[in-house]
Amino acid sequence: MTFAKTALALLFASVAVAPAAAQEVDRPECVAPAKPGGGFDLTCRIAQQGLEKQFDGPMQVTFMPGGIGAVAINLFNTTRTDDPNAIVAFSSGSLLNMATGKYGEWGANDVRFLATAGTDYGAVIVRADSQYQTLGDLMADLEKDPGSVVMGAGGSVGSQDWMKAAILMKADNLDARKMRYVAFDGGGDAIAGLLGGSIKVYFGDVGEMVSHLDTGEMRILAVMSDERLPEPFSEISTAKEAGYDASWPIVRGFYMGKNVSDAAYEEWVKAFNAAYATDEWAALVKDKGLLPLDLSGQEMDADMKSRVERMTGIAKEAGLIE
Amino acid sequence: MDAVFSGLASGFQVALDPFNLFLVLGGCFAGTLIGALPGIGPINGVAILLPIAYGLGFPPESAIILLAGIYYGAEYGGRISSILLNVPGDAGAVMTTLDGNPMARNGEAGKALSLSAVASFVGGTFAVVLMSFFGPALASYAIHFSPSDYVALMVFAFASLASLVGSNPVKTLLAALMGLMLASIGIDANTGVARYTFGIPDLLAGIDFLVVVIGLFGMAELITLVEKQATGTLKTLKIDKSFVTLKDIAFVKWTILRGSVIGFFIGILPGTGASVASAVAYGAEKRSASDSSKFGEGDMRGLAAPEAANNAAAGGAMVPMLTLGIPGSGTTAILLGALMLFNVTPGPLMFEQRPEIAWGLIASMYIGNIALLIINLPLVGLFARMLTIPQQFLTPLIAVLAFIGVYSVVSNPHDLYMITLLGVFGWFLRKLQFSLAPVILGFVLGGLFEDNLRRALSISNGDYTILVESMNSVVLYALAVLVVVAPLVIARRRKKMRDEADHGETA
Repeated sequence: MTFAKTALALLFASVAVAPAAAQEVDRPECVAPAKPGGGFDLTCRIAQQGLEKQFDGPMQVTFMPGGIGAVAINLFNTTRTDDPNAIVAFSSGSLLNMATGKYGEWGANDVRFLATAGTDYGAVIVRADSQYQTLGDLMADLEKDPGSVVMGAGGSVGSQDWMKAAILMKADNLDARKMRYVAFDGGGDAIAGLLGGSIKVYFGDVGEMVSHLDTGEMRILAVMSDERLPEPFSEISTAKEAGYDASWPIVRGFYMGKNVSDAAYEEWVKAFNAAYATDEWAALVKDKGLLPLDLSGQEMDADMKSRVERMTGIAKEAGLIE
Repeated sequence: MDAVFSGLASGFQVALDPFNLFLVLGGCFAGTLIGALPGIGPINGVAILLPIAYGLGFPPESAIILLAGIYYGAEYGGRISSILLNVPGDAGAVMTTLDGNPMARNGEAGKALSLSAVASFVGGTFAVVLMSFFGPALASYAIHFSPSDYVALMVFAFASLASLVGSNPVKTLLAALMGLMLASIGIDANTGVARYTFGIPDLLAGIDFLVVVIGLFGMAELITLVEKQATGTLKTLKIDKSFVTLKDIAFVKWTILRGSVIGFFIGILPGTGASVASAVAYGAEKRSASDSSKFGEGDMRGLAAPEAANNAAAGGAMVPMLTLGIPGSGTTAILLGALMLFNVTPGPLMFEQRPEIAWGLIASMYIGNIALLIINLPLVGLFARMLTIPQQFLTPLIAVLAFIGVYSVVSNPHDLYMITLLGVFGWFLRKLQFSLAPVILGFVLGGLFEDNLRRALSISNGDYTILVESMNSVVLYALAVLVVVAPLVIARRRKKMRDEADHGETA
C-alpha cells in the first residue's frame, strides 16, 4: 500500500506541475476532453493545424477523458483556472451538460468561451426505402400517435441527440415524453439500427452523412438549420421550410479557464481571427466534416451563453430538470 | 470473386511496399510488447499511439497499417501477462487467465505461450480470410441483428457461463451479481438519470472496463503476491523449457476451430467484442467437453478456445468498420477515428474511393498474422523467463506499469483511486474464496444485456413478445437451453450405462 501511495504521489506531482502563469502564450496546448479519435480530437486538430502559423511553437494536443467532459471542466476550475497556454475543446453536448447540471456546480459562467472551430447541424434521417418522403409525412404520423414511430439516436435520454428529437416534437406541439425513443451507444450503433430496421427514424448529424449520402442507403428528410446548407446539402430542405421551427446547430469550439488574463485571452482571439481570414482555415474545417462558423472573443462568449440559456429552457419543458 | 482477388492483389502491393511492410512488422512487434505489459491492452495501446502516428506525418494508408499492426500485436501480446502473471491487460484476456495461468504454474509456461500463439494465429487468419471474401454479406447480417437478438445472445452467453459455476454455485452467482451492480453505475441511457454516482462527476460515464479488469484482477493479484511473500508461502517457479507439440495441436484442433467461428461471428456484431467472444467460446468449450474436470486447472482446451476466439473477434470487428463505417468494438472505434483524422471516411465507399487504404489494410492483416506467429514463437523462451524475476522486483514493476497504463490514456487520477479500491475489494473476495472471472463477465455482459433489453422494449413499447419474434433469437434461446441441459443429460446417460455395465459384471 505504501508503494501504491508513493506511485500516486509521484503521478500527482507530474500532473500538478502544470505550466505556471506566464503572461503570454508560449506553449499552446489544446485539451481534448475525451479519448483520442473522437469529435473533440478532431476539434483540437483544427486548432492545431489552423493556428500553426499563429504561434512560434507547435501546439500540443492532450487528452483528458472522463465524465463526458466533466473531468476537464473540473480541472480548469480548480487548478488550471488561469493557464494562459491551454484551450479546451467543447461542443453543443458540453453546453447541454452545463445547462442540465451534469457538470455538477460548474456552468456556463465558470469558463471563458474563446472561439469556434465550426458547426454541424442535426438531421432527420430515414432508410432509402422508408415510407416517409418528407418531414411532413413523418410528422403526420407522429400527430396521430406520438408513440407510433420508433425513433432513435446515439445518445441517452437527455443527451443532445435526444434533444434533436425532443425539439422537433415540441415544434409540432407534441409531448416529447410520449415519443418512442431508442438510445443507442453512439451514432454508429444507431445507424446499424436504422439500416437493420430496428428503428424507423435516426436523429444524426449532417456531417456524418457525407459519406453515406452517395451510397443511396439513407435519405435526409430535413436538416435542422435555419437556412439551407451549402453543397452537397443544398438540395435538402430545412425543418423550418416544412413548417417546423426546430433547429439544432452543433457548435464546436474552445474555452479557457475563467481567470485567464485579458492579455492572454486577447492573444488567442487575435490568433483565431487571423486564421479565420485564410483560405486554409476554410478548407481545413470542411475537411474535418464541419461547416464554417467563425466566432471569437466577447461576441462568441455571449452567443454560447445564450445557447446554454435556450437549452436550459428546452430541458425544463421536457422535464429533464426542474 | 474476381474483384476480391484483384483487390487483394492491389492490397498486397501496398502492404508489401518496403516501408509499409516495415510498419506492419514494427507495429506487430511493438503491439506484442504493449499487450504484454499488464494494464495496457489493445484499446489503450492504439489510443496512446494514435496521436504519435498522426504526428509522424505518414500517408494515411501507412499510418492506419501501423495502427492495425499494433492492434493485432496487442491482441496477441495480451495473453502473455494473462498466462504468466495472472494479470490480464484488457477484458478480452480475462478468460485466458483461467487455464493459461494454471498451466504456467504447473511448469508449462512455454507450452501455454506457444499453444496460445498458434491458437491466436488460426483465429486471426480465419477472420481475415472470411472478411476478405464475405465482408459485405457478413456486414448486412450483422446490422440485422436487432436489440432483441442481442438480448438472446447475452442469455446464451450467461447460459454457457453456467459452466463457471464451480464448487460453490452461490458464490459464483453472487460474484456475477456484483459485476451486474458495477455495470449499472453511470448515466442510465433510457432515462438520463445518474445511477450510483454519488455526485462524483467521474462516475457519470460509468466505470471503464479496463479499470475494473486492472483493479479487480491485476491489483488483487499483486496484493495476494505481496501477502504470500510476507508470509513466506510464495513458491518460486523454475525455468521451464516446455513447448507446444504437434500432438498438443492435434488434441485441440477442433477447439481452436470452434473458438475461431464463435469469436468471428460475435466479433462482427457491433457492440460485442473480444470479451464476449472469448467468454462464450470458453463456456461453450467447457460445456461440450466430455471430460471437463480439468478446466480451470490448466486444460489446454480452456486456453486455446478463448485465445482463438479473441483474435478472431478482433478481425471480425473490422468487418462492420470497413464495410459500413460502424465500429464493432472499442478499439475499432478508435481506428475509425484515426481514419477520420486523416480525412478518410470509412464505409461502403472506401473500397471505391480509397482502395489503397481498404485493401492495403486487409492485406496487412494477412501479413501481420504470419509475422506475429514468427515473432512470437522464438520469443516464448524469453517471455517465460519473466517468471524467474524475483518477486520483490516483479511485483512493484507490474504495479507501476498498471498505474501508468491506466493513467496514460485516461489521465484522470480518479481512475488510480478506483483501481486501488477495486484491488483491495478483489483481494477480499479472493480471501473469501470468490472467483473473480464471474464478476468481470457480469460486468461486461450485464451492461450489454440491460442496454439491449431496454432498447428492445422501447422499440416494442413495452411488449415482451418482441424478445422471441426473430429467428435469430429463437435459435439462440434454444442453444442456451441446450448448453445448460445437454451436459446433464449426457452425464446421466453415461452414469446409467456405467451402472448397467457394473450390473453385467456382477451378474
